[in-house]
Amino acid sequence: MEMEIPYTVHERPDTGLYNGKLGIWLFLASEVMLFGSLFSALVMLRTGAASWPHGYEILNIPLATLNTFVLIASSVTVVLAWASLRLGDFAKGKLYLIATLGCGGIFMIIKAIEYGTKFSHGQFPRTNNFFATYYTLTGLHGLHVVGGMLVFAWLIWPGAKMWLHERQRYINRVETTGLYWHFVDLVWIFLFPTLYLL
Amino acid sequence: MSGDSPEQIRKETRVYVTVFVALAALTIITVAVSYLHLSGWRAIGLALFIAGVKGFLVAGYFMHLLSEKKLIYTILAFTVVFFGMLLWIPHVEKDGFGTVQRDEVTVPEGEH
Repeated sequence: MEMEIPYTVHERPDTGLYNGKLGIWLFLASEVMLFGSLFSALVMLRTGAASWPHGYEILNIPLATLNTFVLIASSVTVVLAWASLRLGDFAKGKLYLIATLGCGGIFMIIKAIEYGTKFSHGQFPRTNNFFATYYTLTGLHGLHVVGGMLVFAWLIWPGAKMWLHERQRYINRVETTGLYWHFVDLVWIFLFPTLYLL
Repeated sequence: MSGDSPEQIRKETRVYVTVFVALAALTIITVAVSYLHLSGWRAIGLALFIAGVKGFLVAGYFMHLLSEKKLIYTILAFTVVFFGMLLWIPHVEKDGFGTVQRDEVTVPEGEH
């Protein structure tokens, strides 16, 4: 007998939220702790070090700035996708989701170029504490971008079938994925000045 | 969260685009300020202030935290407290104004 998952569309009376939304917020809370621990380690290493290089002297600011614009653009395309789907315009919603996925791809390509240049200059995680924290934080963030891209790819192609028979549930999935994506953007908003500009 | 009428959604869409423009402008300001090479705490304070404003815009408007359900605020209140503790703990160790000090940590004989 097939059992239906409750409250995937409608809000639970006691929480006022559909379960997916509560779930993603709990997950994001755990993600704050994950990145928080790494930020905390960075603060401890940096304040405890006799000398610490300025990010702008070593890292590529124009590329990182471009990546910031790309990620901000992807954050707006995902909310526009959600808004279009709520208006019943699937074609437009899908287009915005593809744009979001594309922005994620561009972000990762730029990140790969940045990493490639650093590797060619012999700057690896083992080089010093600066590069150890730089690669750990940006690497973990990059993995989150890839994770988000996989979910978007699924929502655009195989998962899009849901639009035909469970429209609101599909819209909710886009909303929860969007919340995750905004969090990834939020982390970058703090990583960018902390690692690159200070 | 706001209503679902088409008019309301179109209004939200305009807000999203405005927030995007503000985020882009703040990014330019962040980079421009970094070229001033301000001294230590001034630079950190200003950079984190601008990042905080950007974070508020993303969380408040894109993640709809300005009009969310009480349960989400409760979850986030706990998150903020524990996040604060994460940032505070290293300083307890480093400056010794708490009970945990690195000097007090001893490794028992034979476990070196």
